[in-house]
Amino acid sequence: MSATTRRHFRAEKFDFSSFFFTGLTGLATLLILAILAVILGNILINGWQGFTWHFVSTIPKKNFFDINTTGVLPMIVGTTIRVFVMTIFVVPIGVITAIYLTEYAPNNSLITKFIRAAVNNLAGVPSIVFGLFGLGFFINFIGKHMDAMLQNPSAVWGQPALIWAALTLAVMTMPVVIVATEESLKAIPPGLREASLALGATKLETILRVVLPQALPGIMTGGILAVSRAAGEVAPILFTGVAYYMASLPHRVTDQFMDLGYHVFVLSTQSPNIEQTRPILYATVVVLLLLTFALNLVAIIIRARVRKKLRALG
Amino acid sequence: MPKLNPPEAKTNSPGSNTLIQIESLSLHYGESKALKNISLTLGEKVVTAFIGPSGCGKSTLLRCLNRMNDLIDNVRIEGSCKIGGHDIYSPDVDVIELRKRVGMVFQKSNPFPKSIYENVAYGLHLHGSKSKPEIAAVVEQSLRSAALWDEVKDRLHASALGLSGGQQQRLCIARAIAIKPEIILMDEPASALDPLATARIEELILELKKDFTIVIVTHNMQQAARISDQTAFFYIGELIEFDSTAKIFTNPAKKQTEDYVTGRFG
Amino acid sequence: MGIRRGHQARPVEWLAEKFIFLVSLTAIVMVFLIFLFVAREALPLFFGETNTALVQKPIPTADIDKLTPAQLQKYLELTPEQFAAMDKDTLKSLMDVKQEAQDEIPEEFRHDPDANINTTEWRYLLLPHQWNHYEKPEYIWQPVGQIQKYNIIPLLVGTLKTTLIGLLFAVPLSVGAAIYVSQMARPKMREIIKPTIELLSGIPSVVVGFFALLVMATVLQKIFGYQTRLNAFVAGIALGFAVIPVIFSIAEDALTSVPRAYTQAALALGASRWQTAWQIVLPAALPGVFAASVLGFGRAIGETMIVLMVCSASVMSWSIFDSARSITTTIAAEMAEAVSGGPHYRVLFMLGSLLFAATFVSNMIAGAVIQRFKLKLEGKR
Repeated sequence: MSATTRRHFRAEKFDFSSFFFTGLTGLATLLILAILAVILGNILINGWQGFTWHFVSTIPKKNFFDINTTGVLPMIVGTTIRVFVMTIFVVPIGVITAIYLTEYAPNNSLITKFIRAAVNNLAGVPSIVFGLFGLGFFINFIGKHMDAMLQNPSAVWGQPALIWAALTLAVMTMPVVIVATEESLKAIPPGLREASLALGATKLETILRVVLPQALPGIMTGGILAVSRAAGEVAPILFTGVAYYMASLPHRVTDQFMDLGYHVFVLSTQSPNIEQTRPILYATVVVLLLLTFALNLVAIIIRARVRKKLRALG
Repeated sequence: MPKLNPPEAKTNSPGSNTLIQIESLSLHYGESKALKNISLTLGEKVVTAFIGPSGCGKSTLLRCLNRMNDLIDNVRIEGSCKIGGHDIYSPDVDVIELRKRVGMVFQKSNPFPKSIYENVAYGLHLHGSKSKPEIAAVVEQSLRSAALWDEVKDRLHASALGLSGGQQQRLCIARAIAIKPEIILMDEPASALDPLATARIEELILELKKDFTIVIVTHNMQQAARISDQTAFFYIGELIEFDSTAKIFTNPAKKQTEDYVTGRFG
Repeated sequence: MGIRRGHQARPVEWLAEKFIFLVSLTAIVMVFLIFLFVAREALPLFFGETNTALVQKPIPTADIDKLTPAQLQKYLELTPEQFAAMDKDTLKSLMDVKQEAQDEIPEEFRHDPDANINTTEWRYLLLPHQWNHYEKPEYIWQPVGQIQKYNIIPLLVGTLKTTLIGLLFAVPLSVGAAIYVSQMARPKMREIIKPTIELLSGIPSVVVGFFALLVMATVLQKIFGYQTRLNAFVAGIALGFAVIPVIFSIAEDALTSVPRAYTQAALALGASRWQTAWQIVLPAALPGVFAASVLGFGRAIGETMIVLMVCSASVMSWSIFDSARSITTTIAAEMAEAVSGGPHYRVLFMLGSLLFAATFVSNMIAGAVIQRFKLKLEGKR
């Protein structure tokens, strides 16, 4: 925009193409922002009233389409637990992989290239394929074999369960943690590593005492991003652990669970009367968005702070 | 742990004992040769300055002395470099042990983002299980030796990043001497500092000379003249001349050296 | 002691390094396992070991000893583990069950030619077939009922339809916005707009699907006035929402990474900001923009919940205003009712492998293009 005004100022001749194309690209930007605003605005306006303490703290009856008795407590709990269990697995593995890639990996070796390619590919695998993988590997292979080994009379591990959903999500979000951690490790000035090594620290000591404490905010960002991504995903848990309805909260890792995202899906597609379900649906979406957006926002803020701090250091 | 140099050879006059012995050392970065056939012998408890124009290899040679070049891919080293009679590039040498004996201060001050106290204590935590009061004593002593104690004694647990550039660099020196190395390598330690802070570092070096063998790389020829006992002049990877500082700056043997120290090139 | 100590003297260090290396192989192992286990479940299909023919010639239970174990296992459609765990009596009773099942087939099917074919053969999966009572050969996906029809072409068409609409909508918008944000907008604006657009990727796809289903479908129908409220067009636009942040983010990075020296040289020669962007920056960043679109394609083709919620009927139609069922949708909707190990289950896993292969290839292409792009920029710098 500034370009056109400046041209105008020079009062030679009006540069139509510049004006036109700047306007066009600006319009594209505006349209995207408008889409975002409309989606969020629509959801907030319609969902705000339904978002009450009673709603988030109630375990619903089997007919959760009834607006007076419904609630989303089991879904909040289910989503939170599956995501929490996921972080236990994905954060250590992701962080260690990132440490290997930035601190140890020889730059151009084949294995490094393979790891990077694998991480990139993992990031692009469709979430439904992760669901199939969870079913084929965790449930039908590992779970069934565990049942056989433990000689369970009926399937305990070889069926959809919280733990399998969490593990499936852990595989899916690994690239998120790896990339975020790597970024924060790379931002640490090499001078700090040199200083530590020159004092006779070993590589491991340098990593544990100097590098990791510095990278902590970045690692947290990665974990939070992974959590926020996983919290909203439905496709990978469809066959690996989610339940349409459960009367009680899950209390074992082999239990199935209810889930916010899946509940949104159920409410929007299985409702006997969509007009009556609408308020519940909007309120549920608000809860889900609050959960994922709040996490995203925290990650963005931490990341901005880290970058500022690193710039001051550099 | 025994000292690097055999104790029986110890005498009191500085420079009379050979501590570092570099013999026909060459270094390649991939295809290009950064150091060509360098031979150099440095005595104990003297200050040696490496001078020369940018890219002459002086910093590279310095980093050979504590094997910091190991961290770079594709580096190949030929020849030998002995410290206290041991070839530090022989396969049975533990680099970690070597670096405890050969401290280093970098061009850009690089304190850890920890407290002042923790910075100095870092090396002590690494190398042994000293008790708290013992560590505190060493920290104080190191900070005193680095002429920093009076400025920071009231805020030992404040972040080291709050110090001024000159103070940070002296903190790095304190950190290096806390683990009692025999040799301190300094890679243009004052190049990023203002004249006043530079003067303090130079004073400090003259003070440290009593206890340590110091090798310093510098761009600043006056600095080399002021603080060093011996000076080595490098040009494009080659050692052109090595002699006492007085001789290099007043009566150099080579034309190139003379041109450089009188400011005709570089 | 002294400095003379070999590296073996630090076993902890050595062990830690090996441990870190081994853990870092997890990513490779996982990609491999995904491929292995998704393809494994589909494998019997490739080897023609599934048989969906309704009418099969039953083998009398008395003949059990005439069959080899392998034949018996195949006849009873058991996995090797299941087969190994069963004793002879169980096997016999299974054969009885099979016999009874055959006896119970209604008479009308006995003479239906379709009841005698194995619909999981390749020609029925890929080519049109004139089913009994149909007037002409057709592509039909209908995995329920007595005669299951597994033609995957309608699903491929459905996927392609929604994906292409999504890309046609998302690519111009996101690339336009990327040009604006990286080249035209003031730095301050840029710092606000970029993270805001990236916030779009934080909206879970189930929420986008919900929005498309409840709000967008109605609005778009009013605007365009088409018949079916839920169709490929609505699904495609909603897919576009999910893809926009992906394409925008990568395209913007590519445009920004074009060295400033280029831009400044052009501006100094009197080019307008727009001319610089169009003639200098965009051509230089084109590979990056292309890679962004390829990654967007991978994202769109693998998106599940949006299409699942917006449209689901698997009709074979190229019209964008008809319903469409994509591959992902089919897997998500039908896996729950597919019998584990049965032909339907195998076909769904085969679709999963197909999807995995498609995204694997598009990722590889995008990755290679970005890599070359970076090297080229670095080489020129």
